[in-house]
Amino acid sequence: MADAQDKILLEYQVPGDDFTRAGEASADLKARLKTLGFPAASVRKAAISLYEGEINLAIHAGGGKIRVELTPARIEMWLDDEGPGIPDIALAMSEGYSTAPDEVRSLGFGAGMGLPNMKKYTDEFEIASEVGRGTHIRMAVDIGPA
Amino acid sequence: MTVKQLCEACGFVPAFPLPDPDKEVSCGFCGDLLSWAMGRAGEGCAWCTVMGSVNAVAVASLADAAVLVLCHDAALMADAAARAQQQGINILLTGLPEFEAAVCIAKQLGL
Ligand SMILES: Nc1ncnc2c1ncn2[C@@H]1O[C@H](COP(=O)(O)OP(=O)(O)O)[C@@H](O)[C@H]1O
Ligand SMILES: [Mg+2]
Repeated sequence: MADAQDKILLEYQVPGDDFTRAGEASADLKARLKTLGFPAASVRKAAISLYEGEINLAIHAGGGKIRVELTPARIEMWLDDEGPGIPDIALAMSEGYSTAPDEVRSLGFGAGMGLPNMKKYTDEFEIASEVGRGTHIRMAVDIGPA
Repeated sequence: MTVKQLCEACGFVPAFPLPDPDKEVSCGFCGDLLSWAMGRAGEGCAWCTVMGSVNAVAVASLADAAVLVLCHDAALMADAAARAQQQGINILLTGLPEFEAAVCIAKQLGL
């Protein structure tokens, strides 16, 4: 892995409503983390969490931006969108709650498990949202011993 | 047991030559909702589903499933097959319902 002071920055744009392309950022991140030698368990957590966030940007926010910062100690990810925002974050965070439309559900999305998965698979998870302005998520996976 | 051994034992059919036939199968998971599979399918799982989409392939890849077992003769989309080959994801096809496929997998895993 890189030296302690090394920092790698990655950026991705997630298009809105394109469910075949959604997943590209998490696939790319996963491949890079593997190549860089991050431990498999941490790679899996980051990949799962980012995928859920990426899908939410595509389904619920009309797209958005992802920023990732890698150091040997942690994988930190920011997801920002200018979508409709979330009126009740506690409700949105509860397992099974989803406002996904039927055509999205028929693709297997919309189980209402995305935000709970993101929280479950990260060591730090913060979400802020304002109705009509957008949603901002920061999450981090600490790198444990390999 | 490896994906190749599981495939032969249960009479499943590879959708294309298995990209990673020697991958170890350590558990099983059934379900079609992607976020459930993402959150609950363990690493190394044989994932039984009827979802043959690119999104299912993405989940299998990101969650480190050993193999996606497409049940009930459900259709594997062309773009999903292409993505799976590109990403090295094993896909097996079967006419069995998810429950019966899972029963065979469980027996093979000694569960
Ligand atoms: N980026 C976002 N912008 C607006 N709403 C969001 C966003 N992310 C999540 N939500 C809201 O929170 C709900 C729960 O999200 P999640 O747990 O990922 O479930 P799902 O995506 O399956 O609906 C969504 O249905 C949606 O109403
Ligand atoms: Mg979601």
